[in-house]
Amino acid sequence: MNTLTDNTTFDLESSSLREVNRALHAPGVSGAKTILHPRGAHALAAGVNAELQITIEGHVGYYAAGMNQQAAITIAGNAGVGVAENMMSGSVRVSGNASQSAGATAHGGLLVIEGDAAARCGISMKGVDIVVGGSVGHMSAFMAQAGRLVVRGDAGEALGDSIYETRIYVRGSVTSLGADCTSKEMRPEHHQELAELLASAGYPEDDTSAYTRYGSARQLYHFTVDNADSY
Amino acid sequence: MCGIVGLHLRNPELYPRLGELLTSMLCEMEERGADSAGVAVYGDPTWSPPGTVTVSVLEADQTAEDLISAVSEHLGTRVSVKQAGATQLVSAPIDVELLKQAILDVAPGCLIAGFGQDLAVLKGVGHPRDLAAEFGLRGAQGWQGVGHTRMATESAVTPGGCHPYAVGDGQCLVHNGSFSNHATLRRELQRKGVQFDSQNDTEVGARFIAEQMRQGSTVEAAVHSLSEEFDGFYTLLVSNRDSFAVVRDAIACKPAVIAETDGWVAMASEYRALTDLPGIDSARLYEPEPNKIYAWSRKEVSPA
Repeated sequence: MNTLTDNTTFDLESSSLREVNRALHAPGVSGAKTILHPRGAHALAAGVNAELQITIEGHVGYYAAGMNQQAAITIAGNAGVGVAENMMSGSVRVSGNASQSAGATAHGGLLVIEGDAAARCGISMKGVDIVVGGSVGHMSAFMAQAGRLVVRGDAGEALGDSIYETRIYVRGSVTSLGADCTSKEMRPEHHQELAELLASAGYPEDDTSAYTRYGSARQLYHFTVDNADSY
Repeated sequence: MCGIVGLHLRNPELYPRLGELLTSMLCEMEERGADSAGVAVYGDPTWSPPGTVTVSVLEADQTAEDLISAVSEHLGTRVSVKQAGATQLVSAPIDVELLKQAILDVAPGCLIAGFGQDLAVLKGVGHPRDLAAEFGLRGAQGWQGVGHTRMATESAVTPGGCHPYAVGDGQCLVHNGSFSNHATLRRELQRKGVQFDSQNDTEVGARFIAEQMRQGSTVEAAVHSLSEEFDGFYTLLVSNRDSFAVVRDAIACKPAVIAETDGWVAMASEYRALTDLPGIDSARLYEPEPNKIYAWSRKEVSPA
């Protein structure tokens, strides 16, 4: 078996995490790769930079699929802290729930979480698209800089706190908005953009008019002299 | 960092496997902290014989035989001592405060690591895997166990700095995180007469909860008071002879995962600590929400 170009199945009960990640990083690697028995391992399929189709059968630990470039990675299970953190391109799909800081600082690609994402989903996101099938926890899109976050359920406290840019679409309720995050009008281009995001994430039937758009009020961009007495 | 684990068994057929399951959970969390470790086991018939109370003792500077003679003579009642690693488990069918005082009288300066009915607390400095072997943890039985792997931040790497902190009768606390105002709160408790064994931040939390419960608070109320008084980061696992509770601070930057089946409830810092539990593939898995207290209790505890 050629683990470089053939479709390959790795089993973490018989291979080490280092061996599996090294095989996924090999120059010229291609094809479909399946990983069995992840058992909550950390940094699984992190740092991949190839057009691979990777399927992980089970729950993963911290930083799974981190820094992904080009690969389409499916996690058939739950993900621990920081799934797809700093992703550059490609896609990551989690069939279960994700722990905190999903998609943190990610620059590009598409992250889909079919279940719920915990606190700080999309923290400091820099261009990634994130679609969450369920709800997100508190301080999601904290200091978000670019990209789009779609939440088909509810959002927790302080959504979009200290947001720079990033368009956030939420279908359900928002417990509270963070500093400088505000609801905005859904213009035709937003309905179109949201419909495209939902379709690419596998939710084409959603009615975009059920969503509210949130974004930056742009009041924190500049120092307001009226606040000088506070310092 | 630090790792915490806890297992509350619902199915009595699993009681003989408590030690084996807890060992697997504890050792899987060794990468989160490898300078010290500790466990509390509820219901092991060797470590805490039925019909007795047990006091867990460290740093007594006496052999088990010498401790048996000295405490038995002091009390006028025969006590038994089991050695598990560096911990000595002193048991006798008497009032727990009497037994504790007798041990402190004959071994002044020793560390009382835990006390109560059905409770054994074993802890020490060293690698979690080595300590679990020294304790003989794999062979332990019981209905509930908690464990901690420590990466020290707030106090020295000493037995007194290890978790669990079991400072109330049958109570036990393990903590992942750090309290930032522990010095202030320690001084306030000291003014009320509470004595401390270490400079550790978690000990302050444990003594705060014990003090609240001594005044009649439920576990839930005591943990709620802690969340109002303490600054810092925490995932806490608070156990009692008949209960098991998990709480995370409002920011929730310290991890936790809970799994439940008909046979057991388990919590750990990370999912990978749970992978050897029977039926984990079909367990209900969830991350506890911030500032929400999750508690379970045993229905069939034998009368005290």
